[in-house]
Amino acid sequence: MPKNKNISSVLIIGSGPIIIGQACEFDYSGSQALRSLREEGIETILINSNPATIMTDPKMADHVYLLPLNTKSIVKILKEHPQIDAVLPTMGGQTALNLCIEADEKGIWEDFGVKIIGVNIDAINITEDREKFRELMLKIGVGMAPQATATSFLKGKEIAQEFGFPLCIRASFTLGGAGASIVYNEEEFDEALTRGLEISPIHEVMIDKAMMGWKEYELELLRDKNDNVVIICTIENMDPMGIHTGDSITVAPAMTLSDSTFQKMRDMAILMMRSIGDFAGGCNVQFAVSPDEEEEIIAIEINPRVSRSSALASKATGYPIAKIAAKLAIGYHLDELENQITKSTSALFEPTLDYVIVKIPRWNFDKFEGSDRTLGLQMKAVGEVMAIGRSFQEALHKATQSLEIKRNGLGADGKGYKDYDQIIEKLTYASWDRVFVIYDAIQMGIPLSRIHEITKIDMWFLKQYEELYMLEKEISTFTIDTIDRDLLLEAKQKGYGDRQIAHMLNCLESEVYNKRDELKINRVYKLVDTCAAEFKAQTPYYYSTFENELETADGKLYSDNESVVSDKKKIIVLGSGPNRIGQGIEFDYCCVHGVLASAECGYETIMINCNPETVSTDFDIADKLYFEPVFWEHIYDIIRHEKPEGVIVQLGGQTALKLAEKLDRYGIKIIGTTYQSLDLAEDRGSFSTLLKENNIPYPEFDTAETADEALAVADKLDFPILVRPSYVLGGQGMKIVINKKELEEHVVDLLRKIPNNKLLLDHYLDGAIEAEADAICDGENVYIIGIMEHIEPCGIHSGDSNATLPPFNLGDLVLEQIKDHTKKIALALNTVGLINIQFAIKDDKVYIIEANPRASRTVPFIAKAYGEPYVNYATKIMLGDKKVTDFDFNPKLEGYAIKQPVFSFNKFPNVNKKLGPEMKSTGESILFIDSLKDDEFYNLYSRRKMYLSK
Amino acid sequence: MKYNKREKALILLADGTIFYGKSIGKKGTAFGEVCFNTGTTGYQEIFTDPSYFGQLMVTTNAHIGNYGTLSEEVESNSIKISGLICKNFSFNYSRPAADDSLENFFEKNNVLAISDVDTRALVSYIRDNGAMNAVISTEVDNIEDLKKQLADVPNMNGLELASKVSTKEPYYFGNENATYKIAALDIGIKTNILRNLAKRDAYIKVFPYNSTFEELEAFKPDGYFLSNGPGDPEPLVEAQNLAKEIIKRNLPLFGICLGHQVIALANGISTYKMHHGHRGINHPVKNLITGKGEITSQNHGFAINREETENHPDIEITHLHLNDDTVAGIKMKSKNCFSVQYHPEASPGPHDSSYLFDQFIENIKNK
Repeated sequence: MPKNKNISSVLIIGSGPIIIGQACEFDYSGSQALRSLREEGIETILINSNPATIMTDPKMADHVYLLPLNTKSIVKILKEHPQIDAVLPTMGGQTALNLCIEADEKGIWEDFGVKIIGVNIDAINITEDREKFRELMLKIGVGMAPQATATSFLKGKEIAQEFGFPLCIRASFTLGGAGASIVYNEEEFDEALTRGLEISPIHEVMIDKAMMGWKEYELELLRDKNDNVVIICTIENMDPMGIHTGDSITVAPAMTLSDSTFQKMRDMAILMMRSIGDFAGGCNVQFAVSPDEEEEIIAIEINPRVSRSSALASKATGYPIAKIAAKLAIGYHLDELENQITKSTSALFEPTLDYVIVKIPRWNFDKFEGSDRTLGLQMKAVGEVMAIGRSFQEALHKATQSLEIKRNGLGADGKGYKDYDQIIEKLTYASWDRVFVIYDAIQMGIPLSRIHEITKIDMWFLKQYEELYMLEKEISTFTIDTIDRDLLLEAKQKGYGDRQIAHMLNCLESEVYNKRDELKINRVYKLVDTCAAEFKAQTPYYYSTFENELETADGKLYSDNESVVSDKKKIIVLGSGPNRIGQGIEFDYCCVHGVLASAECGYETIMINCNPETVSTDFDIADKLYFEPVFWEHIYDIIRHEKPEGVIVQLGGQTALKLAEKLDRYGIKIIGTTYQSLDLAEDRGSFSTLLKENNIPYPEFDTAETADEALAVADKLDFPILVRPSYVLGGQGMKIVINKKELEEHVVDLLRKIPNNKLLLDHYLDGAIEAEADAICDGENVYIIGIMEHIEPCGIHSGDSNATLPPFNLGDLVLEQIKDHTKKIALALNTVGLINIQFAIKDDKVYIIEANPRASRTVPFIAKAYGEPYVNYATKIMLGDKKVTDFDFNPKLEGYAIKQPVFSFNKFPNVNKKLGPEMKSTGESILFIDSLKDDEFYNLYSRRKMYLSK
Repeated sequence: MKYNKREKALILLADGTIFYGKSIGKKGTAFGEVCFNTGTTGYQEIFTDPSYFGQLMVTTNAHIGNYGTLSEEVESNSIKISGLICKNFSFNYSRPAADDSLENFFEKNNVLAISDVDTRALVSYIRDNGAMNAVISTEVDNIEDLKKQLADVPNMNGLELASKVSTKEPYYFGNENATYKIAALDIGIKTNILRNLAKRDAYIKVFPYNSTFEELEAFKPDGYFLSNGPGDPEPLVEAQNLAKEIIKRNLPLFGICLGHQVIALANGISTYKMHHGHRGINHPVKNLITGKGEITSQNHGFAINREETENHPDIEITHLHLNDDTVAGIKMKSKNCFSVQYHPEASPGPHDSSYLFDQFIENIKNK
C-alpha cells in the first residue's frame, strides 16, 4: 500500500535543549524526517524550543514553532492549525514521546482529531513500564535478567534480599539512565534506592540482577505497515554490560558474533518489535549475550523511536533510518521505497558493511569538578566521534585521533601511563581514558588474560590491541631510512598517524610524510554504500584508508581510489568534531549553512567532520562528505586530493579555527578573515594595542607564564582578577580570584593541566553588566546582526547566562558605544565574515572583554529570533560573492527573545552547581516574550538580584 | 605473541588484472571462478557450502575468522571453496564454544587463503566486468606461469559440478520413526536443509546426484526434494529427468537453488549464467502471493529465464528478487511442486523464509 491519503499535514515534536543523553542526533533525525515528509508533499509543522538546531530553520518546515515543549504549546499549535492530521513523536527522543503521552492522557490528540503515527501509545507505555514489558517478554519466550519493580523503600529491600548483589538500580521514566547505578552492597543499595525513588516522576525504581561482563549488542530495526521488518545495523559494545551504551566504545558490524547466535538475536528482535504494538517505524533493541559456551541471549530493552544509536547506525551504514522511518509512518511499505544510496535497489534490505566503524564517546569531566568520573549505568558523555576504517584497528585509531584531546592515537606518543597500580586501577574503574590505558597495560606486559578478567572486554578486541603493540615494537627497530614499504604501509593500514610513526622511528612527522609520498603510500578514499560494492552507489560519502595495490593487464600499478575529483571550483568546510560543552550543535548549524551557501555560490562543497550525531555529516548536505577526523594529517591529504579554492574555518568552532595556523603555513587559502587577523584577535598583547589605537576601553590585563609572573601582575591589576589560559573555548580553566593565595593555587593548577600555556590575567570589572554583539563584515562595511544583554551580571560565562535579544535595559549611550566599538574592531581586524564581541558595561562605559572573528554560539539564536539567514549571508561575503550592502536586512521580532541555558547537573550528583566563568551548560532554549512584564523574565531578573546581593 | 611478518600473495584474474595481498601462511596456488559474498557473519557455513565448489571466494566483510570455527556449524564435511580472498584475516579468535581457529581449519582442509587484498576494489571490478576465472597464489614471481595454468581452467558455463560434491552412497538423516519420509537428491546439499526437514518431523534419505526415480521411489517417500548445488544446471540431465518423473506423477516436490533451476529446466524453461550472481545474506525477496518481503540468504551464479517463466502456462512466479526483478520462486499451477532460487535453510542468514519448509510439509500432508 502506498502513502496514506488521509495524512496531508503532520506535526513533528523536537527534543528540546541539548542535555546529556539527548543531543543533536535528534536534530539530524528530525531534519531528515521533515525533508522526507515534504518530499511527499506533506505539510509539516514543527515544535522545538531549541534555537540552535537546523530543524527549526524557517526553510525546514512549513510552520516552525519555537515554543516550550509542553501541552499548552501543543494546544496552541493545534488551534492555529486545525488541518493537522497526525503527530510524529518518534523523532524527538524520550522528550517527544513523553510529551506525546501526556497530550494523549489529557485527550488532546483526540479532541483535535490527530492520529499518532510512527509508534502507538501502547508501545511507548509497554516499553517504559518494566514490569509489563517483562511479562510480555515472558509470554513471547524472550529471556531477561531477573528483575523487579519497587515503589517503596521496603519493597526495594525485599527484592535485594531475594536477588543478591550486584544489582542494577534504575529510576522509571528517566532519560539516559539518570538515577541508574550498580550497587555491590547494602549501604550503596540504600542510597541508590532512595535517590531513584525521588528522581522518578512516578516514584518507581527498577531493580535488576546486574549482568556484569555480559557482551552487549544493539540492533536497529525498521518495520512497515505490511509488517516487513529489516535490521539496519548491528552494533557491538566493546565495553560489556555495566557501562551505559552511550558511554561505551561501540563497533559495527558486530565483531565477535557467530551467524547462529546473531540470527537468534535477529529473530528475537523482530519478535519483540512485533509484540509491542502494531505500528510502522523504527526501533532500537538492546541485548546481552553470556560470555561463555552457552551464548545465552537476554533482552535488555526496546525503544520504539529513533535514537542516538539509530543516528550512529545511519552514518555507519549509509541507510538513512529517520528518513525512511518517516516514510513508513505515512503508510509506505519498504519494498515501495528505494535504497537512498544506490538509487537502483530496494529499501527493503539489510545493509552490509565492508569496513568497520568505531564510536568513542567524548566526556567533559573537567567541567564538573568533583564529579565521579567512573563510567557506569548513567550516561555521562556529552558527545561522540565515529571513525571509519577498513579494519577495527584503523577505525579505533582514527576515532582516538578524532577526539581532540591532544592524543595522536593509541600509544607512540610518550603519554601513556607507566605505573602498574595506576594502570590496574584505571582498567578497573573505567573512565574517559580506558581506551588508551588498555594499550599502556599491554605495553607494560600485563597479560591479556588479566586485562580481560578486569575489564571483561572480549579477547578479540584485546588481541587486536596486542597486534598493534607488536607492530609498534617492530617498527621501533627501524629508522626512517631502513623501514621498508611493506611495514610502513601496514602501519598506515592499521591507522597509525604519521606523528606516531615519527615517534617510533625517532624522526620528524614531515619525514614520515615525505617517505610515504616517495614510496607511494597514499591515502585512498572508499565509499560508504550500504552494500559492500555489490551495486554501484551514487552517493558521495567517503572515508580514507590505505590499500594494497592492483595491477592492470597492461602493467599499470596503483591503489584504488573511489573519490574522483571534479574540475569544479571547490570549497572545504571544516566541521567542529565531537560535541562538548562550549562547542556543540550551534557550530554544526553554522557549518551546514556554510555548505549550503557555498553551493548557492556555485561551488562544489566538501564537508569534513567526524561527529555522527550531526546534520553536517548527513550525506545529503554537501556535494562530498568526508567522514574523517578533523585532524591535520587527514585534512591535509583531502586538501591535496581535492585542491579546493580554500577552506572555511570560521564556522566549525575552535576545532576548525585551531587548524588555521597550519593551513596558512602550508599555503592553503583560508576563506574569509585571514589567519593573521584570527591570530591578532587571539593575541592579547597585539589586540589591546589595536584597541588602544582605536580608543576603545578594555579591562587592565597582562599575561604570565609562571606563578611568580602572575603574582607580579596581580600587584599591578588589583583584585578581583580573571585568570584563564589562552586559546580555549567555553571558558575552560577560567576563574575569578580575589587574593594572592587563590591566584597562586589556580595558576599552579592550570600550568599543571595545560603545560606551556600562556595565561591571561584581566582585572575583573565587579558588578558589571555583560553584553555581546555578533556582526557580519566584508572588510568595508559592518552589519550588526544582534546585540544581546546578559541577565546575570558579569562573571558568569556567556554560555551559561540568560540573555535577551535585544538588550532590555541598556541606554542609548551604551548601545551607541557597543555599535561603534563593534564596527571599529571588525574593520580593524579586517574581518571578512562573522565576528562576535563581548562587552562589560560599568558606569555607562563599555569595555571590550574579547573579540572572536568567527561564528559564535549566539549566531543561530539571533538568526532564529530575527528570522534571517545570517550564516548564509556571512558565507557569501567570505567567498567574496556578496558585499554587506547587497543584502536587504529585515529582522523581525516583536518583544524580546530570551536565551535560556540548560544544564545536565543531575548526571553528576556531587558536583557544585555554582556558575562562574567556566561554561557548564549543555544546551539552550529560546523563549519569546511580548514585554518585560512577562513572568518568565521577571523571575530571571529577580534571580539576577540574588546574584548581585551575594 | 610476536609480530607476524607475512609473505606476499596475489590474485590474478583471467583478464590479466592482478590484486596484491599477503599469504596467511600456507604456500601454494589455487584456481577457480572468482565470486564474492557480502555476509558479515557465517563464514564457516559459506566455506563449507557445496554450492561454492570450484569458486574462489572473496568475502567483503572487513574481518574474517574472528570467532574461530565450531564443528557443528558446517554445511558439509569439508571446505568446498577452492580458495579464500579476504581483507583482514583473524589469526586470533575469540569464542568460548569454538574448537579451532580458522587458520587451522584451512590448514586441515588443505585450502589456500590470502588476505590484505583490496577486496572492495576487487568486488567492484567483478561487479563491473563479471565473474571470471582466477588464480590465487603465493608464487608472486611466476606470473607468466600462473597465466598459462589459468588458461587451462574450464569455464563455469556448461560445467557440471554436482557429481563432484554429491554423496557416493545414499544415507539417512533424522529420526526413522518420524511422521514423514522425504527423498532428497543430493546435487550439493547443505546440511541445514536436512536439519530443517528433520525438525519438522521428517526422516530423510539422501540420494546421489545420478539416482533414478525408481531408486528414490523405493524409499516410499511422502515427498521429494531437489537440493542446492554448484555449477551449471543444464548438464544435469539425470536430475532433470528425475524431476520430470516426479512432476508427471504429481508427487510433492520442493526444490532449492540448483534444484529450483532443475525444476525449471524440467518444465522447458531455460537458465542462464548471471553477470556476477547473488551471494549474501541480505537479499530482498517479495512473496507475490502474500505481498510480504523477506530478507534471504542467496548463493547462485545461474538463474531461470523470467520471460519464459511468465509465458509458461503451468508455472506461476511466486517470488521476485527486489533488487533486480529476477525470478526468486515458482510454483506449478497443476502440480504439487514449488521451488525457490534462494536459501530458506539460511545458515548463514536470516530465518525469514523458513516457512517454505512448513509449506512443503503442508503440501505433503495435503497431497
